[in-house]
Amino acid sequence: MSTKITVTVNGAKHIDKVEPRLLLVYYLRDVLKLTGTHVGCDTSSCGACTILVDGKATKSCTMLAVQADKCKITTIEGMATNGELHPLQEGFNQCHGLQCGFCTPGMIMTAADLLKNNKKPSEEQIRAALEGNFCRCTGYHNIVKAVQYAADKMSAPRARKTKKEAAL
Amino acid sequence: MSTNKGNGMATASGLIGKSVKRVEDKRFTTGHGQFTEDIVLPGQTYAAFVRSQYAHAKILSVDVSAAKAMPGVVAIYTGADVAGVNGVPCGWQVNFKNGNAMREPKHPLLVADKARHAGDAIAIVIAESKEEAVDAAQAVNVEYEELPCVVDAFKATQSGAPLVHDDVPNNMCFDWALGNPIEEVNEAMSKASHVTTLEFVNQRLVPNAIEPRSYNSSYDAINDKYTLYTSTQAPHLIRLLMSAFVLGLPEHKVHVIGPDVGGGFGSKCFHYTEEALLTWCTKKIGRPVKWTAERTESFLLDAHGRDHITKAEMGFDNDGKIVALRAKTYVNLGAYLSTFASCVPTYLHGTLLQGLYTTPKINIDVTAAFTHTTPVDAYRGAGRPEASYLLERLVDLTAHEMNMDPAELRFKNFIPPFDGVNQPGYQTQVALQYDSGNYEAVLKKGLEILDYEDFRKAQKEAANNGKLLGVGFSTYIEACGIAPSAVAGALGARAGLFEVGHVRVQPTGKVSVYTGSHSHGQGHETTFAQVVADKLGISMDDVEIVHGDSESVAFGMGTYGSRSIAVGGTAIVKSIEKIIEKGKKIAAHLLEASADDVDFANGKFTVKGTDKSVPFGNVALTAYVPHHYPKDLEPGLDFSSFYDPANFTFPFGCHIAVVELWMMSVMLSTR
Repeated sequence: MSTKITVTVNGAKHIDKVEPRLLLVYYLRDVLKLTGTHVGCDTSSCGACTILVDGKATKSCTMLAVQADKCKITTIEGMATNGELHPLQEGFNQCHGLQCGFCTPGMIMTAADLLKNNKKPSEEQIRAALEGNFCRCTGYHNIVKAVQYAADKMSAPRARKTKKEAAL
Repeated sequence: MSTNKGNGMATASGLIGKSVKRVEDKRFTTGHGQFTEDIVLPGQTYAAFVRSQYAHAKILSVDVSAAKAMPGVVAIYTGADVAGVNGVPCGWQVNFKNGNAMREPKHPLLVADKARHAGDAIAIVIAESKEEAVDAAQAVNVEYEELPCVVDAFKATQSGAPLVHDDVPNNMCFDWALGNPIEEVNEAMSKASHVTTLEFVNQRLVPNAIEPRSYNSSYDAINDKYTLYTSTQAPHLIRLLMSAFVLGLPEHKVHVIGPDVGGGFGSKCFHYTEEALLTWCTKKIGRPVKWTAERTESFLLDAHGRDHITKAEMGFDNDGKIVALRAKTYVNLGAYLSTFASCVPTYLHGTLLQGLYTTPKINIDVTAAFTHTTPVDAYRGAGRPEASYLLERLVDLTAHEMNMDPAELRFKNFIPPFDGVNQPGYQTQVALQYDSGNYEAVLKKGLEILDYEDFRKAQKEAANNGKLLGVGFSTYIEACGIAPSAVAGALGARAGLFEVGHVRVQPTGKVSVYTGSHSHGQGHETTFAQVVADKLGISMDDVEIVHGDSESVAFGMGTYGSRSIAVGGTAIVKSIEKIIEKGKKIAAHLLEASADDVDFANGKFTVKGTDKSVPFGNVALTAYVPHHYPKDLEPGLDFSSFYDPANFTFPFGCHIAVVELWMMSVMLSTR
């Protein structure tokens, strides 16, 4: 038994028949081959699978693909525009916000949701927003700095907003 | 900026020591990292395991008939199917005090008779999809007879304890001691005016790398060749152990690739049963097999860390000088010997019990036991943090008991500064010889940062304001840059611990570097490129670092024990030295000078005392287009080097923690 779903992922529309039990993260990874979204714990604890569903940070290992029917999804692969990195992606590089890189996509997606709703988050607000994302290399300090870097860049008066950032 | 080091080597760009942005970040921040679970091969199948629900149980029967009939099932194998296959080996032999070799019970790929820890693998189910594999694994019916278990290392060695392996009496893998003869230590301890005693458990830890272990093994029947993608810290080591010791495959017919790896912390440097089992299965079914641990499996199976039960005593004279240290530790190895399990609580632990102190008499006695628990092996520091904890806790406790200042007590006992050049290295009582050190300096610096005098005043004031301020010190040393092969071999290592660095200068002067070190977060692609660019006076953009592939470099021992830059980096530098030496000969020919008169700096070969020079790129091109070339010199500019360190490196430092506690009282009463 399979169910037809229509999903827009990173701006591209996909129509697929999926098993009702298929988790959204496996739909993205195995069906759409978007392997930037990772499975770290399969219990919605670690946040490595975080994506944006209709703009909201969501752990895709705890959502069924069929629940994403008619949703707009952004994954880490959709964050850069025409080769130009999102300020968060730039910030993680500038501030040494990653080591092994496995948690990074989830961190960036959670932070993107935060920055959409809070242009100038305090350190405490950033830490609170990222409480559902684990970094086992324990690089939290620089992750916070990376988010601050992106916030500063995005709120700079002359910052040129890409279409993608505006749409998130 | 350029600095000539005076040895013909140049740090042309001054890149070493400079903060640069990581070059590997782009793929990770854009979702284009390639982790093992991301790799799907043509004809891919997926594995799931049937695992013991009990810590200790007899397996009465395994019925796979219902599972075999499930949709998508390709094959199911049980312990009986792999009965003829070797188990995974241990890489380090420790001997009993009486000289007998440690006991090494087989760690089978699948257990047939008994499960010895929760999660022990009983059957593997291979199917067309992950979901179908998991469904079918749940349909395998195992009949168990639950048996009593023991999970505590001390209790495991007592008479009457349930046996983990029938042929290992008292569950004892080995007993072992290091340091001064116990009689000498006892005598020194008996003369001490104060003895501090500490009994403690250094608790077991779960490593929990965020990327679950993942393997994908395939077999090419035409070429009789295996390829294993594995989330490992040491691809060559896995190839050697799996091919030579477990499956009996010719080593050159096994290609092991450790692609991007999401953290390891030690837990991914061991050879796990699943790696060998998947490789055994792929030939049987003629299709690639992939398995990725669920987080529950990571908890149950990734080798745990620590788990020591220790009684330690430190003796002091009236002045607070340490006169003796005696420790007895029961070490929990888990149900089977993992790859480095025997070395961690012995040679990586006992050897660090000198710490930073002049303790004249030391004896550590270790009893290592099997229990019905997950195997224990190296994790973040591996044996050495356990040693630091033992020492530092004893010293802090002593300061409290003898009413002394904990910083003063340390200053009193530190090994005086020695640079290893004008003063010799420091010979410890526990085998190691420290290279150089200035331990007072780090504590002084720490106290300065804390503003210690001010802190003590604040502490008194706080007490008057309903607060408690506490301070804890830890001054430590670690043996890193693992390891001189001859030393490791004399202590029981069954492998060398050198590293290989291969530097290939391309005709256009671009440089490809192949290293046996493996990056799983360390940033080798940046750091090694920084070293190479610095030494050759070229741009980092012109350097590529290739790691994690058993076929790209002659050999490699992988990354653990803080060895990448110290051992792997040095191997690369050795190859660069060979390149510069050969480059001088080529340059000399082009410049019509003697090679002895050619210097290399800032990416240029120059005739000493003249402005005649030729850039590195021209020399590289000439090496590959050797039309005007020195007679008897081989074309090409490509060198591989093995580097075996002469000693460990001994980083040391100081941590100070300050804790503030607000005093509130809660009255509880019962009625």
